[in-house]
Amino acid sequence: MSGVTHVRLELARTVRNRRLLIFSLGLPLVLFYAVASAQRHAHTDGVSFPLFFMVGMAAYGALFAAVGPGARIAVDRARGWTRQLRITPLSVRVYFSARVLTAYVVALPSLIMLYLAGASLGVHLSAGQYLEMTGWLVLGLAPIVVIGIILGHLLTSDSLAPAVGGVVVFFALFGGAWGRFFNAGVMSTLVKLLPSYWMVEAGHDAVHGGGWPAEAWIIVAAWTVLLIPLAALVYRWDTRRV
Amino acid sequence: MASIDTSAGGIVLSRLSKSYGAVRAVRSIDLTIVAGETVALLGPNGAGKSTTLDMMLGLTRPDAGRVQVFGLTPSAAVAAGVIGGMLQTGSPLEFLRVRELVALVASYYPRALPVDDVLETTGLSDVADRWASKLSGGQIQRVRFATAVVGDPDLLVLDEPTAGLDVEGRREFWQAIRAVALQGKTVVFATHYLEEADAHADRIALIAGGRIVADGPVTEIRARAGSRAIRATLPDVDVGALERLDGVLGAERHGDAVMLTCEDADRAVRSLLGTFPQVRDIEVRRGSLEEAFLELTSDDSVDNESEEVLR
Repeated sequence: MSGVTHVRLELARTVRNRRLLIFSLGLPLVLFYAVASAQRHAHTDGVSFPLFFMVGMAAYGALFAAVGPGARIAVDRARGWTRQLRITPLSVRVYFSARVLTAYVVALPSLIMLYLAGASLGVHLSAGQYLEMTGWLVLGLAPIVVIGIILGHLLTSDSLAPAVGGVVVFFALFGGAWGRFFNAGVMSTLVKLLPSYWMVEAGHDAVHGGGWPAEAWIIVAAWTVLLIPLAALVYRWDTRRV
Repeated sequence: MASIDTSAGGIVLSRLSKSYGAVRAVRSIDLTIVAGETVALLGPNGAGKSTTLDMMLGLTRPDAGRVQVFGLTPSAAVAAGVIGGMLQTGSPLEFLRVRELVALVASYYPRALPVDDVLETTGLSDVADRWASKLSGGQIQRVRFATAVVGDPDLLVLDEPTAGLDVEGRREFWQAIRAVALQGKTVVFATHYLEEADAHADRIALIAGGRIVADGPVTEIRARAGSRAIRATLPDVDVGALERLDGVLGAERHGDAVMLTCEDADRAVRSLLGTFPQVRDIEVRRGSLEEAFLELTSDDSVDNESEEVLR
């Protein structure tokens, strides 16, 4: 049992769910053009506005995409599917790896679509800069993927949509995906504790070089390291209950 | 993957107990199932059937006692792929076709059957390319059955597999199950339909109030109910006189016909003929399985505790 079929079909059923694609691809793209086309020549956060907003919307779409596959565990639970899986030889390791992989695979198109949209509004970066930027975005997404899995085991399928929406808006808004609203005071320090802050910062980092500061690495690593045991705990609690 | 000697041991439940708060769902159940047997767990709703099966599958941890499946713990047996199950509730995943869903489950098992063969046996070939979540109730049950058998498990556990199906759906469903059971598999199924247990099991374990109240072949369960009934045509005789006959417990009259409930039918027939030689159309019959069921699962034989609401 290699898990190849499992991963392939997990991906298939995630991609076939159009609702997810509307939020992870459609909405960020529309918002990008609606806002950035009027601000083509403005600057923010030390970079051109289209570049800033391209990264912001890419992060926003990727947040939706990344939280989705984990959170949809709630739907599988409601259908009795997770119980059914527990009476098959599928290992928990393959089960979770597939979720994480799926989250990343559906997040990537959000990034690529926004890069293309950005290019259409005059964003020009070298291949190396695109690659570097993608790297930061993907790293920053790790804790969000785990949050999705935690939500999937805590929520019911009814509360799923508002909870996912709330989590994504929280990380997008305070992470600065729609604009840097907190530039002074205690909030400006607090928002830097969010992994999404450093995702949005990826455009700035790619243009100005130097990569993530140590602070970013520590924050993203801390979120991930703390959330993984929590996910394991929630999973055990959830499967004991029934 | 270690090979499992399924001929050894069978399935052994020993002193198995499980409570949910104050509710004692399963109370010290002992049950041994020989490999290759088809056993029905028969009982009313809330008798503890599902809890027992969940413990057999390793989904629920017993408070006391243990389960062995071919010499393994349930979770080891699940990991080895020797168990296939159809749980009481569950609906197919969205956005997967029937063939994909069955293939998905097949991919988890070390020696799965060819997917197309299973679709054929379970009567799903025609709908193989349809969305699994958009089938009719009967088709969904068959998809769930297909996912239970596609791994070619040695033990098949089915929790009320025909719940919600009409008579025709049930008949077709059992045809498919029989095709599988005939291949030497051990099948344990829960049901509250008497006729289903009667028609499809080698053996019935009757469960009520979290205990096994009778366990044996169908004929034995019927006999356990003990009493037999006599039906005869006997006009113009007082019911009270009939009740006083040797071996008779109770009498009822319906027009010219009388019904006698007997402690001992042989003695009752002798005294009936001796006292009322005009009696005609004597018919002695065994208590029905239904009567046995009601008698064995009634409150007299199960010491229900007052607060007990069973799962």
